[in-house]
Amino acid sequence: MNADVLTPSGAVADPRAVAAEESDDLARVVRARRRPARRVHLVIAALAVAALAAVLVRVLLGDYVVALTDLLLILRGETPPDAPGASFIVMEAKLPRALLGLLAGLAFGAAGAMFQTTLRNPLASPDIIGISLGASAAAVIALTLLDAQGLWLPAAALLGAVAVSLLMYAVGRGTTLAGQRMVLVGIGVAALLSSVIQFVMTRTSIQDAQAALVWLTGSLARATWPVIGLLSAAVLVLAPLLAVCARWMRLAELGDELSTTLGAPAGRARLGLVVAVALAAVATSATGPIAFVAFLAGPIARRLCGGRPSLWAAALVGAVVVVLSDFAGDYLIPAVNLPVGVVTGALGAPLMLAVVVTADRAGKA
Amino acid sequence: MSAPTTLEREGPVSSTGGETGGARGVGSARRRPPGLAVLLLALLVVAVVTSIALGSKAIPLGDLLQVLTGDGDGMADRGIVEARVARTVVGVLVGAGLAVAGAAMQGLTRNPLADPGLLGVNAGAGLAVVVAISVFGVGSLSGYVWWAMAGAGLAAVLVHALAGLARGGVMPLRLTLAGAAVSAGLASWSSGVLVSSRQSFDSFRFWQVGTIGGRGLDLVVTVLPFFAVGLVVVLLAVRRLNALALGDDLARSLGENVVLARAAVALGVAVLCGASTALAGPIGFLGLVVPHVARFVVGPDHRRIVPVCLVAGPTLLLAADTVGRLVAQPSEVQAGIMTAVIGVPFFVVLVRRGRMASL
Repeated sequence: MNADVLTPSGAVADPRAVAAEESDDLARVVRARRRPARRVHLVIAALAVAALAAVLVRVLLGDYVVALTDLLLILRGETPPDAPGASFIVMEAKLPRALLGLLAGLAFGAAGAMFQTTLRNPLASPDIIGISLGASAAAVIALTLLDAQGLWLPAAALLGAVAVSLLMYAVGRGTTLAGQRMVLVGIGVAALLSSVIQFVMTRTSIQDAQAALVWLTGSLARATWPVIGLLSAAVLVLAPLLAVCARWMRLAELGDELSTTLGAPAGRARLGLVVAVALAAVATSATGPIAFVAFLAGPIARRLCGGRPSLWAAALVGAVVVVLSDFAGDYLIPAVNLPVGVVTGALGAPLMLAVVVTADRAGKA
Repeated sequence: MSAPTTLEREGPVSSTGGETGGARGVGSARRRPPGLAVLLLALLVVAVVTSIALGSKAIPLGDLLQVLTGDGDGMADRGIVEARVARTVVGVLVGAGLAVAGAAMQGLTRNPLADPGLLGVNAGAGLAVVVAISVFGVGSLSGYVWWAMAGAGLAAVLVHALAGLARGGVMPLRLTLAGAAVSAGLASWSSGVLVSSRQSFDSFRFWQVGTIGGRGLDLVVTVLPFFAVGLVVVLLAVRRLNALALGDDLARSLGENVVLARAAVALGVAVLCGASTALAGPIGFLGLVVPHVARFVVGPDHRRIVPVCLVAGPTLLLAADTVGRLVAQPSEVQAGIMTAVIGVPFFVVLVRRGRMASL
């Protein structure tokens, strides 16, 4: 509205009236443009609340119920007078699992959505293009042949994921078709690594093989504070970077040429991929490849947001799904503790199918 | 039309841009470069012969001929040769089935990441075998075959039905997503059972590694009709794949019955992949990568990709199996593993060097 102040009076017949009319149109346009954006903001806020609620459910409920007031006491470092054992159970079992699930879910959801959008392929989740398998193969070998314990296991997994990512990067480097080539090499390497895993599984003892199977399914049972600390540090570093990339996601979806033409800085989409690879790699090394979360978070978030891709919504969907699935895996069937990955796949698949079946337009699934 | 033809004669590195223009020309009868066909067939023959002759005990070609022509009744090697012939037949069937199914699947979904198991076939077969082992105590290969076939079929029908439920019917993207979702769901059910039952997992982990050894000819004969039906269906639908590759609207305007074409291809893929998995267990790499290699070599025309897959698939699988027997004597590395070990470096070099042949 500063415009009519700057306009010399008398240059236009009645500048105020014209400006008012223009601003009326402008306001209508602004309103119309903001409506979908407001929906996305609402969805993100609702999902954030849901994620917090999921963490609270995971920590407070279950076989051993903890009162909210006791939890607050425990978090302040005091021992609740009426439940002296609660402190240990919360700090050593329940809270680490909830936090690890939250962090891993955020990372998987965001990474998956970034891959799917930037590579413009709904199948392009880290599970399929080899990064999780790099981590898996390294972890299975470390677990069965080297008998790795403690932090060595996630370290080995991270090394495997980084090695696969570097190979993919080296192959894609310096071409306009970098994304395509990376994906092709990724699926080839993924097939090779899953063969290696199966080979190791047939050659090792059944005890080791089953431990490896649990890791491969994705499990929060190994949650420890050092792992949570490292993972949250990684997420804190990568999240701002991702925020930068998220702004260009809708342009990246148009493809390399068109998005450059429209003013998206060249290489921004590539940076997004690098961040997504890093996120997927650290999360996988901490929990194992939790089945399906990276794949399903993006489409579900997009559906919630009315067809617009949103990285934050996808990340939060991932967090909610992982934390609640872990809870369900522990208590759904009495006396059976299922790894979280079993539940995300078994219950997430129908959810995903519902999204597919109710999709109203082709391509907006 | 003349430009692409000359390009094509220059061999494998022919320009994909030129191919696209020519290959999709309606009704143009194109000749295949005879050199390529001869080369591929020769490689297949070599693979078949070495697969029978080599192994932990090499058999001289003379003895081999004697046994095969029925002369060698009293020979000590007779049993070995018979086992290897059965193994080779399995390799040819499974290699051809998976590679052709992979090419058809990638054409059907227009997605280079699609593998033939994407319709839920592999996961369905896997879950059925898990149920057979853990609930019904099935322990023999011939028992697994029927369970795996049934599981594969049910999963494929489920995926297709679910993708068709949505408004607008079956579309590539929906088929892809529904297939991936059903696969993940079924695989999770499998691992849920396996994580809690150590005994079942001990049997399952050996089925899970795809291998072509240890299957008798009688088992092959039971599964043979499925391979025949699947191959015929896919080969008949090959021309339709080219139309489908142009997108639904364009295909329809070319007079194609899109729904029928897609259903036919999906049926062929499900039967081929189901039969292969039932016979050999899941072999992942082959169906995914051989079609890409074929596309690099002959361009995007499915009428040429599918025949190349038909010959190259068995060659790779047999070669891998033979190497797997030689490197780990007297034991063996399963074919499912060796295909990937041999194939991946080759594939990476191809992707790095060749031009992208997009779908």
